[in-house]
Amino acid sequence: MKKPVIGLLLGAVLGAFDGLTALGTPEVASEIVGIVIGSTIKGIVVGALVGWYAYRVQSLSKGLLVGLVVAAFFAFLVAAIPQPNGHHYWVEIMLPGSIVGLIVGYATQKFGQGRGIAVR
Amino acid sequence: MTWLSNDLVERLRDVASRPELASDRYVILRPIGRGGMGSVYAARDEQLGREVAIKVSNAAAPADDLDQRLRQEARVLARLEHPGIVPVHDAGLLDDGRWFYVMKLVRGETLADHAAALEHEAARLVIFERVAETVAFAHAAGIVHRDLKPSNVMVGQFGEVLVLDWGVARVLARAEEEKAASARTTDRHSNNSMSGTSGGTRMGTAGFMAPEQADGDSSNAGPPADVYALGALFFWMWTGRAAPADVNDISRRLGAASPAPSKRLAAIIRKCLSRAPTDRYASATELMDDLARYRQGSSVSAHRETTMERAGRWLVRYQTFVLLVLAYLVMRVAFAFLR
Repeated sequence: MKKPVIGLLLGAVLGAFDGLTALGTPEVASEIVGIVIGSTIKGIVVGALVGWYAYRVQSLSKGLLVGLVVAAFFAFLVAAIPQPNGHHYWVEIMLPGSIVGLIVGYATQKFGQGRGIAVR
Repeated sequence: MTWLSNDLVERLRDVASRPELASDRYVILRPIGRGGMGSVYAARDEQLGREVAIKVSNAAAPADDLDQRLRQEARVLARLEHPGIVPVHDAGLLDDGRWFYVMKLVRGETLADHAAALEHEAARLVIFERVAETVAFAHAAGIVHRDLKPSNVMVGQFGEVLVLDWGVARVLARAEEEKAASARTTDRHSNNSMSGTSGGTRMGTAGFMAPEQADGDSSNAGPPADVYALGALFFWMWTGRAAPADVNDISRRLGAASPAPSKRLAAIIRKCLSRAPTDRYASATELMDDLARYRQGSSVSAHRETTMERAGRWLVRYQTFVLLVLAYLVMRVAFAFLR
């Protein structure tokens, strides 16, 4: 399986799971479907981007950094959307979202078929 | 009257025993070592201006068995161009008709003297894999070493690992030809030293010699005999002792070693040291493959894992991934509770 596909699949699964964790927040429970769909799409985009980078560049440290930065950026965009009460869940969204980026970055560097060009 | 000092007598004896080379290209500098088959001297190559090593047979007369073996060794070495094998530069006859050959002068120490530097598994694996790789190369070229032991492995100043002493090596292709020839003819004496050894001769070193070699007939020793010796060499690297014949003793001593090898590594060593050649790896290449799997954290053919062992190995192999997932889950649970 190619690295972008691995990133895409892993991003989708982790994104969906990340969205489902919103079930534990009663204030947003009514919007759970939209949150899960949005989180899954975010995961797919992040996974595909990080997977594409892993396909181009084989370097664990760089892969982890790109995963962290890309995921943190998208998580920031989501967290920047204010809740109906005007509250922003910066830490609750950005911290786990960034770790998801690290997971995808690590997985895409370690697994899957790349171009076979090592850049260290 | 002045008596000669002991030092002077020793020097005179040393000079008198130095081989007389027919040409003046090489100047013998000093003796380096003496084995059963030949003596090695450091020499200067006047033509190229470099130091070399010259091995001279210890034969009492030209063309005797030791002399032929030295010639055979030079030919085997010339066939094996590999970083783990000392390259032969030249060969020729001494004034008295005995053979000599010229090779690269290797500076370093034998594995037997290098043992103290092998404290960690990684260092042992690196050295052992290089020896196994060299032997695998020889097997691929149809040559069996038959005398692998710590004193026949040299570790150079820059970490290079060289397998020495191919004097009792067996050339498999020639041995097969020889067998076919002896089957065609009834002349039993034609079964002479085409393979570098005479049939029915016991060769090797006790403790590192495969059982089929120790039984007295080295002519049957194929690649599995080298695999046994490699296992014995690795056993020695862990325990500092030659391998015992009993498989229970092997397991016990490996378990008592400090540090002890992991279960999978111990299984690889035990497989190499199996009594029956068919129970060992078929060649050093197969052994190398299993070692590569071990290094990558995969399962090895020598050891059947339980589910728990497999899970443990997976966790160790992918510990960063597992830790990241755990960190994510812990964070999610923590946020749920903090609300």
